[in-house]
Amino acid sequence: MTESMVQIVDVVLLVLLAITGIAVIRTRNLFVAVMLAGIYSLISAGLFVVMDAVDVAFTEAAVGAGISTVLLLCTLALVGYKESKPQHTTILPLFIVIVTGGVLVYGTAEIPPFGEPDNPAHQNVAAHYIHDSGDEIGHIPNVVTSVLASYRGYDTMGETAVIFTAMVGVLLLLSRGSLPKRVYHAGHWHKVKRGMTREDLIAEMEDEEAHDSTVVGGEGEEDG
Amino acid sequence: MDDRVILRVGTKVLSPFILLFALYVQFHGDYGPGGGFQAGVIFAAVFVLYALVFGLERAMKVMPAKVAYACGALGVALYLGVGYLSMFRGGEFLNYSYLFDPEHDPTHGQHYGIIGVELGVLVTVFGVMVALFYAFAGRRRIDT
Repeated sequence: MTESMVQIVDVVLLVLLAITGIAVIRTRNLFVAVMLAGIYSLISAGLFVVMDAVDVAFTEAAVGAGISTVLLLCTLALVGYKESKPQHTTILPLFIVIVTGGVLVYGTAEIPPFGEPDNPAHQNVAAHYIHDSGDEIGHIPNVVTSVLASYRGYDTMGETAVIFTAMVGVLLLLSRGSLPKRVYHAGHWHKVKRGMTREDLIAEMEDEEAHDSTVVGGEGEEDG
Repeated sequence: MDDRVILRVGTKVLSPFILLFALYVQFHGDYGPGGGFQAGVIFAAVFVLYALVFGLERAMKVMPAKVAYACGALGVALYLGVGYLSMFRGGEFLNYSYLFDPEHDPTHGQHYGIIGVELGVLVTVFGVMVALFYAFAGRRRIDT
């Protein structure tokens, strides 16, 4: 691709990204918002491809547009599709967003131009990876894999551990887990029988509660 | 059973190909974009798709939640195992050159080391993604 073609693709993708972002903010329908967020991820993946970061684009498309959209849809099934009207004014958040955005745009003035060979990012270990990874790691054409799995093996190990930790955290918060041996409810202990599901237990406790309340009601009538 | 024949048949026909594609992404990571993380997500996507079309209960029969949890832990153990193995073979932790005789050809060990840790990443990411989906979807049953 020529330089000008790349620029046209960049501009088109960025405009689409901006439109999607604004649409996510504007909509009150959460289903639409989730779908647009998925599209946002897909467009970001396209931008990464244009920047030759295909590994990152692949991950963004699979996780951002795929799995997280499904997880958000699962959440919507629980909380409903309508967003309630905000209780506060939007002036302060808008102010903060504009100031933060302004600072970020100001910061880009200091960033070295994209793809220049004498950028700081290309000065340290990058040249070593490109020149010597063939001899050190073996003839793996994708240097990204050499860097991720071998040179930066510690980092990737940490990432794997973080993903595992995320699972443990979500399971602790959301999983229904296994039932305890007995449950204290309405003044006495219920023994959990073998093979009993949570629904069985709740039904049994509700039965007993209803039974108890009729007994109490009966006593009340006698007193009257 | 519902009448969405195209979805059900389509899912059954596509699933093996998606699994195969995940393996392609896994083992093609040395030559092009891809690797354990992306492959794990694609692998998990098959079971997510299955659960969306056939219901969570049937998906949990195909891939029990306990297996997914075990995979999540097993992958990390595999990664650490490769690291410790290279340590016990006389190198540093995660220095795969020592997995095989480093005097002869260190890249041999590097090659297998990378395959080992990428497999660990695949197994963990697959297990965690499926477990997360089960945890979210299980809060209310997905009825088909």
